[in-house]
Amino acid sequence: MKFLNEEVAKQLEGIFKGMKDDVTVALFTKDQDCETCTDTKDFISELASVAPKLSLENHDLEKDSEKAQEFGVKMAPSLVLLDKDKNYKRIKFNGVPSGHEINSFISSVMEVSGNSQELPKEIMERIEKIDKPVNIKVFVTLACPHCPGAVEKAHKLALENPNIHADMIEAQTFFDMSEEYNVSSVPKIVINDEFEFVGNQPLEVFLDEIEKTQVA
Amino acid sequence: MEVNLNLGSNPGKEKPKMDPETVYDLIVVGGGPAGLNAALYAKRKGLQVGIIARDIGGQVMDTSSVENYLGFNSLSGEELMKKFIGHVNELSVPILEYEELEAINVKDKSSMREVVLKNGEKFNTYSVIIATGSKPRKLGVPGEKEYAGKGVCYCAICDGPLFAGEEVIVAGGGNSAVEAAIDLAKIVKKVTIVHRSQFRADQILIDQLSKLDNVEVKLQTQILEVQGDKFMTGVKVKDKESGEEYQVEGAGLFVEIGYLPNSEIFSNLLELNERNEIVVDRYGKTSVEGIYAAGDVTDTPYKQIIMSAGDGAKCALAVNDYLNTVNK
Repeated sequence: MKFLNEEVAKQLEGIFKGMKDDVTVALFTKDQDCETCTDTKDFISELASVAPKLSLENHDLEKDSEKAQEFGVKMAPSLVLLDKDKNYKRIKFNGVPSGHEINSFISSVMEVSGNSQELPKEIMERIEKIDKPVNIKVFVTLACPHCPGAVEKAHKLALENPNIHADMIEAQTFFDMSEEYNVSSVPKIVINDEFEFVGNQPLEVFLDEIEKTQVA
Repeated sequence: MEVNLNLGSNPGKEKPKMDPETVYDLIVVGGGPAGLNAALYAKRKGLQVGIIARDIGGQVMDTSSVENYLGFNSLSGEELMKKFIGHVNELSVPILEYEELEAINVKDKSSMREVVLKNGEKFNTYSVIIATGSKPRKLGVPGEKEYAGKGVCYCAICDGPLFAGEEVIVAGGGNSAVEAAIDLAKIVKKVTIVHRSQFRADQILIDQLSKLDNVEVKLQTQILEVQGDKFMTGVKVKDKESGEEYQVEGAGLFVEIGYLPNSEIFSNLLELNERNEIVVDRYGKTSVEGIYAAGDVTDTPYKQIIMSAGDGAKCALAVNDYLNTVNK
């Protein structure tokens, strides 16, 4: 294998053994202007090779534009997790989830496969009340140990409420977008392109900001 | 492409969980070196112990290289913590991760302590070791808050890559500051270290730093203000000897000037000193019976990984002695 050494491969195999249902990674790449597309494809293939219940579906961002549109994919590389019935679960990784982001990838795969972590009742009540569309962007770098926690929380919120969509965005791969969103500390969380905060904050803080978007 | 698997992941094994019905002998709050070593020692003594941690690994995770932990010449903070957590995991200590403490309640004359989390969960225990560590200290100058997330950073390993090819400033003169400067020099065009007095860092690090040709050092220089427009563009500094004030340009300012204890939630319960550190005796005992504290959050001098780990061990042993005197 190109990216996973024997020890890590074995560890990952042990972790992915815990998957309940099948999960599909729909990966969108493009042939040109994408430095990391090939590596991302190979990396995800290696992950799938140690996880029997994880399969990879390759798409071309331009040629499969209909599919891309269905999942709201606009960039490459970008990967979307689909459940056992190939349902889009509103969570995306833009950029390769390697480095520390392997942990948010594992956590989101586990969630989609049916190993759902239960949230406290008060939090669930707040999540269920959200009835207007919410988009959460979490900007990360791969060397950041605090970032996966923020991605996991954003993804978890999306999994629990169909009105919420959550994207991880790797700030170096999508440098222009990071500039546009003034990212100079990670994790940086942007909600509906309007409200933002920095840091792996508790779910309560995510919800405080999200609720600001819900006022009529 | 690297893969940095989480410290908590313990493949193949069902992870033991904290149980709200159990009355614990000891609950350790914090997942850094002090907390993990306290849990290790307590578990080996046969205590019913659990860890509640906002994040496993603590501040050591943000350290790119540790070269002063006995037995390891050089390894990353993350690698060291992996060894720590791996060791603790061998003993199946339940760890509740990503949760923050709301309060520790003491009920009248009962020796039972109640640990309450921000999410409302509660646990009962006969003793608590607080090992909540510390967080980066801020400069406290105008502009610092305004430009936080717009150039002002507190984690070089996280945010360094966002400044590739640019000029940055590092504030501070201790080991963390010099290490941050050495790391950043590999990514950015130029690093200027600004420190208000002389270097406190280990000579071995200063020697490494002085070999780099894209690092400029300004000692005896005080940062007065962070300046910029939409983003920060530099800092205003004062040369303390000549009194001259001038600008240092930089798109980023990495603040590495030490740490403040994570002790706010204990201010009504425990005695804190003037630096807000929890006051402990030589057994790690706080001003409240059954509550101990270890590591960076305490008033113990010199904050070092090996000292925090040792502190955790000491506290666990003291707790073990204490529990023998408690009517359960």
